Amino acid sequence: METLMSVIVGIIFAIGVYLVLSNSLLRIILGISVLAHGANLLIITMGGLKKGGVPILREEAAAYTDPLPQALILTAIVINFAITAFLLVLAYRAYQTTGVDDMDDLRGPDHV
Amino acid sequence: MLIITPFLYAILVPFFRKYLEKVHTGWFVLPVPVGIFACLVKRVLFPYPAPPLQSVPWIPSLGIHFSAYGDGLALLFGLLISGIGALVVVYSIFYLAKEREALGNFYVYLLMFMGAMLGVVFSDNVLVLYLFWEWTSIASFLLIAFWYERRASRYGAQKSLLITVLGGFAMLAGFLLLANITDTFSIRAMIVQRDTIFAHPSFGPAMVLILLGACTKSAQFPFHIWLPDAMEAPTPVSAYLHSATMVKAGIYLIARFTPIFGGSPAWFWVVSAVGLVTLFWGAWSAVRQVDLKAMLAFSTISQLGLITCLMGAGSPALYYGPGPTAAIYTTAILAGVFHLINHSIFKGCLFMTVGIIDYRTGTRDIRKLGGLMSLMPITFTIAVIGSFSMAGLPPFSGFFSKELFFTAMLNASELNLFNMETWGLLFPVVAWIASVFTFTYCMIFVFKAFLGKHKPQKLEKKAREAYWGLLFSPAILAALVMLFFFFPDQLVNYLIIPAVASILPGFIEAGPEIGPIVAWHGWTPELMMTLGVVAVGSGLFLLIRNRPGLYRRPPEVWSLNYHYDQLLERSEAGFYRLNRSYMTGSLHDYLLYIFLFLVLVLGAATIGLDAWAFDAAGNSPITIYEGILALVLLGSALVVLFARQRLIALIGLGVMGYVIVMFFVIFRAPDLALTQMVVETFTLVIFLLCFYFLPELKTRVESPPFRFRNEVLAGAVGLLGTI
Repeated sequence: METLMSVIVGIIFAIGVYLVLSNSLLRIILGISVLAHGANLLIITMGGLKKGGVPILREEAAAYTDPLPQALILTAIVINFAITAFLLVLAYRAYQTTGVDDMDDLRGPDHV
Repeated sequence: MLIITPFLYAILVPFFRKYLEKVHTGWFVLPVPVGIFACLVKRVLFPYPAPPLQSVPWIPSLGIHFSAYGDGLALLFGLLISGIGALVVVYSIFYLAKEREALGNFYVYLLMFMGAMLGVVFSDNVLVLYLFWEWTSIASFLLIAFWYERRASRYGAQKSLLITVLGGFAMLAGFLLLANITDTFSIRAMIVQRDTIFAHPSFGPAMVLILLGACTKSAQFPFHIWLPDAMEAPTPVSAYLHSATMVKAGIYLIARFTPIFGGSPAWFWVVSAVGLVTLFWGAWSAVRQVDLKAMLAFSTISQLGLITCLMGAGSPALYYGPGPTAAIYTTAILAGVFHLINHSIFKGCLFMTVGIIDYRTGTRDIRKLGGLMSLMPITFTIAVIGSFSMAGLPPFSGFFSKELFFTAMLNASELNLFNMETWGLLFPVVAWIASVFTFTYCMIFVFKAFLGKHKPQKLEKKAREAYWGLLFSPAILAALVMLFFFFPDQLVNYLIIPAVASILPGFIEAGPEIGPIVAWHGWTPELMMTLGVVAVGSGLFLLIRNRPGLYRRPPEVWSLNYHYDQLLERSEAGFYRLNRSYMTGSLHDYLLYIFLFLVLVLGAATIGLDAWAFDAAGNSPITIYEGILALVLLGSALVVLFARQRLIALIGLGVMGYVIVMFFVIFRAPDLALTQMVVETFTLVIFLLCFYFLPELKTRVESPPFRFRNEVLAGAVGLLGTI
């Protein structure tokens, strides 16, 4: 399972990076979301999968999975959400002001 | 404790400035240098049995102590700093108007400088010395740029800072080398280990680096170019920093390290040759100047060269060791220290007279000045005393040091050491020619400015005699010049002998008694040389006055200033171009850098640390559900990648998010699953909201190399992620 997850994470990273490197503003935001998903999966894979019970304190389970990666991911999810929302609004404002959503056009006339 | 006082006092200055506006701030500052001066005089007149060493631990773990050590040399410098400092403060009270100038800043900088300079000369620890050394550079920078609204001030300040800090940095490297050899930061402990230093391979580099620091600070050739530009500072500053004290710091450093490096051929040759070249070049250039302050600046350079040269010429004494043979070289050091005092006094005096002329007439250009003698008789008298002392004429104290200088040069030419047989004759010859030029510019200074026809139509203000406050300080210095001529022995016994004793430890006790300095000692070669200087110098003065075209400026390309400016401009343009080349302003390029860096560092670390290990043993089994989920995840990711319409891409992203929710459930992370679910939903909603406003995805055809580059990079990042 871990090997499979690693391969999936790799592919997701590749897709994310490719999207981020593209010229369209929207694609970049999508790419960042994809990258964040990949990172979350990477962290949880690093912590080991399906070892022990749910990390909620109860009597019956003998071992729990490591709760630390989950805590990290929890933070990451929320931050990713905030960043995505912010970027979307930024893109919207930029489009409203300049009328372009292409990175090359956004640099202004003196960079052509 | 004395070192700290000016700093502490500097904190108070702004308060004086603010709350007591009626009174000139200078009056509040004055007690500081006067007090320090009095303390030091007490120390000189009633010396302790052994100079005390006061030490306060600063960084004990590294063996760095804030230690102060007051030997003869340090006391001499301390007296100069505080004494001339006091006079300069008095002068500045009348020179700087309290309504117009930012006096608070001025006196804070001045006190800062005073403290730093005292720190330089009294500290025993090389790192503390370095700290104070750079502090003086910064204070000098601030003071030169005091009238910062002038372009020339800013230029001069920047130049001086660049050059002196460059030298200071080299000096720090030299200090660290020395500390590495001797395993101590204390100068006195280094002197004890002199033989170890001599034998060590890094002797040469350490010496050159430290000399670099001394030469930049003391404006020795070819680093002298900052000093004339530093003359944009207010005149009290020029008199204090750039003639009497700060530029002497380099000399101090040379003197302080003579017991360590002196006696080696390299030290002798480098120090005396640099000094001699500077002496000649400064005197030669000074004659050319039309601005009085620039002329004095070049003369300062030349006089500093003279002192440096004497320090170098006296260093063979350490080769011979204490004894009668070394006595003549001890004389050279003595002459150097003597001239150091003289120069501080008469040059401070001359700068102040130039300041008075500038203040009273509105110009310093000798082409516009003339005939001031009848208008400003007292200033004229002071200027004559100062410049005749500089020219080395009796009955002024400069005469002694000039005579001693010639003696030392003649002695050096007879030295049968360090290949001196072939080059020895150059020393007195160059020294003599330089003295001729010195005499000439002294004459220009006096005669062009004060004699000749008065040209009131060229002056901005009506020339008048200055009031007593401005005349007070230069008058005292001029009186000292006279006093030292008639009573040189007191000066020698109280100040110079202890200073020489700390430059050449053990020599004063062992060597024969240094004879009393007398004005008349027969028809010696030195006297003949002086007479020659007077004769030829007067001739040269008349020649230059009658044929002004004789002294044409050499082409711009030859001057060191030109190369300095070129260097600055070129490097500025170069770095600008370099920055422009990679700061393209394109997000794509920046991301490219980031990912490339990531790939390189991570890849290199993985390969370098041999982290390719792969072990599938601990893996948990894959169930059919999970396999299906993984496939869906991959599929949706690919949909995001290849979607032509934004809505489809968004659906792909949503599916990805929800599949990950499922994974979280499987991986025993229910809270993550809940959060992810909520967040994913919100994200989708926001995306949809924005889609309402944003344009459709363009099916834009990107160039193949662009896509290929992105693909390769993306693949590499993905591969690393997998690993």
